[in-house]
Amino acid sequence: MGRYVARRLLQMIPVFLGTVTIIFFMTRMLPGDPAAAMWGDKAADPAQLAAFKHQMGLDVSKWQQYLNYMGDLFTGDFGTTMGGRKVTDVIGEAFPVTIQLALLAFAFELVVGVAIGLFAGLRRGKAFDKSTLVLTLLLISIPVPVLGFIFQNVFAIQLGWVKPTVQAQHMTFDQLILPAVVLGSISLAYVARLTRTSIAENLKADYMRTAVAKGLPRRKVIGTHLLRNSMIPVVTFLGTDLGALMGGAIVTEGIFNVQGVGNALYHAIGRSEGATVSGFVVVLVLVFLFASLLVDLLYAVLDPRIRYA
Amino acid sequence: MTTALEKTTAAKDRPVPGTPLLEVRDLHVEFKTRDGVAKAVNGVNYSVAAGETLAVLGESGSGKSVTAQTIMGILDMPPGRITSGEILFRGQDMLKMSGEERRKIRGRKIAMIFQDALSSLNPVLSVGYQLGEMFRVHQGLSKKEAKAKAIELMDRVRIPAAAQRVNDYPHQFSGGMRQRIMIAMALALEPDLIIADEPTTALDVTVQAQVMDLLAELQAEYHMGLILITHDLGVVADVADKIAVMYAGRIVETAPVHDLYANPAHPYTEGLLRSIPRLDQKGEELYAIKGLPPNLYKVPAGCAFNPRCDAATDLCRTESPALHQVTDRDGAELAGRKSACHFWKETLHG
Repeated sequence: MGRYVARRLLQMIPVFLGTVTIIFFMTRMLPGDPAAAMWGDKAADPAQLAAFKHQMGLDVSKWQQYLNYMGDLFTGDFGTTMGGRKVTDVIGEAFPVTIQLALLAFAFELVVGVAIGLFAGLRRGKAFDKSTLVLTLLLISIPVPVLGFIFQNVFAIQLGWVKPTVQAQHMTFDQLILPAVVLGSISLAYVARLTRTSIAENLKADYMRTAVAKGLPRRKVIGTHLLRNSMIPVVTFLGTDLGALMGGAIVTEGIFNVQGVGNALYHAIGRSEGATVSGFVVVLVLVFLFASLLVDLLYAVLDPRIRYA
Repeated sequence: MTTALEKTTAAKDRPVPGTPLLEVRDLHVEFKTRDGVAKAVNGVNYSVAAGETLAVLGESGSGKSVTAQTIMGILDMPPGRITSGEILFRGQDMLKMSGEERRKIRGRKIAMIFQDALSSLNPVLSVGYQLGEMFRVHQGLSKKEAKAKAIELMDRVRIPAAAQRVNDYPHQFSGGMRQRIMIAMALALEPDLIIADEPTTALDVTVQAQVMDLLAELQAEYHMGLILITHDLGVVADVADKIAVMYAGRIVETAPVHDLYANPAHPYTEGLLRSIPRLDQKGEELYAIKGLPPNLYKVPAGCAFNPRCDAATDLCRTESPALHQVTDRDGAELAGRKSACHFWKETLHG
């Protein structure tokens, strides 16, 4: 186990370097000159532009820029935005917001999704199961912007339960509930469907018959014997989804004015801010790598038949 | 919880060897499926006394496992349906009990050993947990006490290095060891009756013998009743006291084990015995009962065995035979011997 984790951590190094390299060149190849864009519609004074480019380190070749960037990265310097802010500050502001949003969405899809899936799976073919199948399919088919606006309209504007958007300066946790529900709803549909199928499948397993024959009460038969076995495929999905949620949600954050990673990335890409975009991606790659390692380890906890070598 | 008290009363409550433990009376079970109604069990009667071993013999689809599952209360309903009959356990009809009452009998009074231990044990829980669960749920023992009991049980069924292996998972054991764990689980609360559904079918022959010996030994030690469900005539001969042969959901013959082997009173039993390979028949073609087991959706009229029986007459094709008391040539009743054949006399004495 320890050796496995060590090997996985070592494997992360080339993956990390590779992704950072790719994203560096991709962002630097975006059309337009980000430095010139700082002057907006006005033509920049060539001397000032050259000075600015020199200050930002954009006056050397792309390869030299790459080497400089990588060198700085290992000292913890993610560079600066065109506006002169440190990229680490921008990341430090956006990530906590996204983490809150992601965890809330994750908790929502986990708890509600598994609960719905469990009940549907236990009552396979009954009305609850059939309506679950239809409704989750509907949920999966609706594009997020549509779902976001429907929820915003119904729960914030018509019913007035929550504020329609997040107040950027005074963000409170409860303002995140609606965006979290929207963000988690599609994954919830997948979680519910996966759980349902898994439960219905395992319900027929021989060890379930044994559990009943042992005289265990129903809640133990289901809670211990059925659920543990049925969660294995669901955990795989949830793990990768947690990584995806941490990456921010451009559309949902946009609709609800959440100042998270998605929003920051969206604006940075729009302004061709290479340093900011790659800075975020560096962090996201790490988040993803650790999330997938966590899933693989959790896998072995849930299913002892899986051994790591 | 009243653990200690429960244990002592349970000990006092042990049935006296020889007293009737379980009695199945005229049990009918059917399965409703898309293809129609399959009559899996059609009026089964059998009984087991404390300390006695009843072997239920039959081909796949003869209803032997369904009967056992009905006794255990683990029949899938639907599609299964008990249409009539009684299952008396120590005089009380279990089919009239509430779900909770029946649950308390399961595992505690009647336990079951399943055929395929690998799939019947939960793959993601350690064997120690699965064994200990019996004590935790039924006797309210703590985790630690339950684990100690689990080790004790594993020792009892002679699993080597039980204390080291208690946290292992089913897939880490060999087939024979896994079946021992199943037996240990059934024995955990020292039940009055154990139903073993083909306990050795998935094992190789040498291990089969070990497992059967262990089962027989533990049964004698605890004076348990044992229902041994099998299609293997070889397994039965050594351990059973009496045999019930099932065909198409009915019992076609019951007899004390040696009487049945020596002198069957039903053509089906006769056919089964003839199809056992014997050393002195080396080189000859092995006998096989012609035809196939009946389709349970459409059991033949009259005696269900008639299309496969060499001695079938028109009577056999029209009238279903009753389970006749078997007598010797002088007309004296043979104890425990019954046959559901119109021509049992000819089969037995002819």
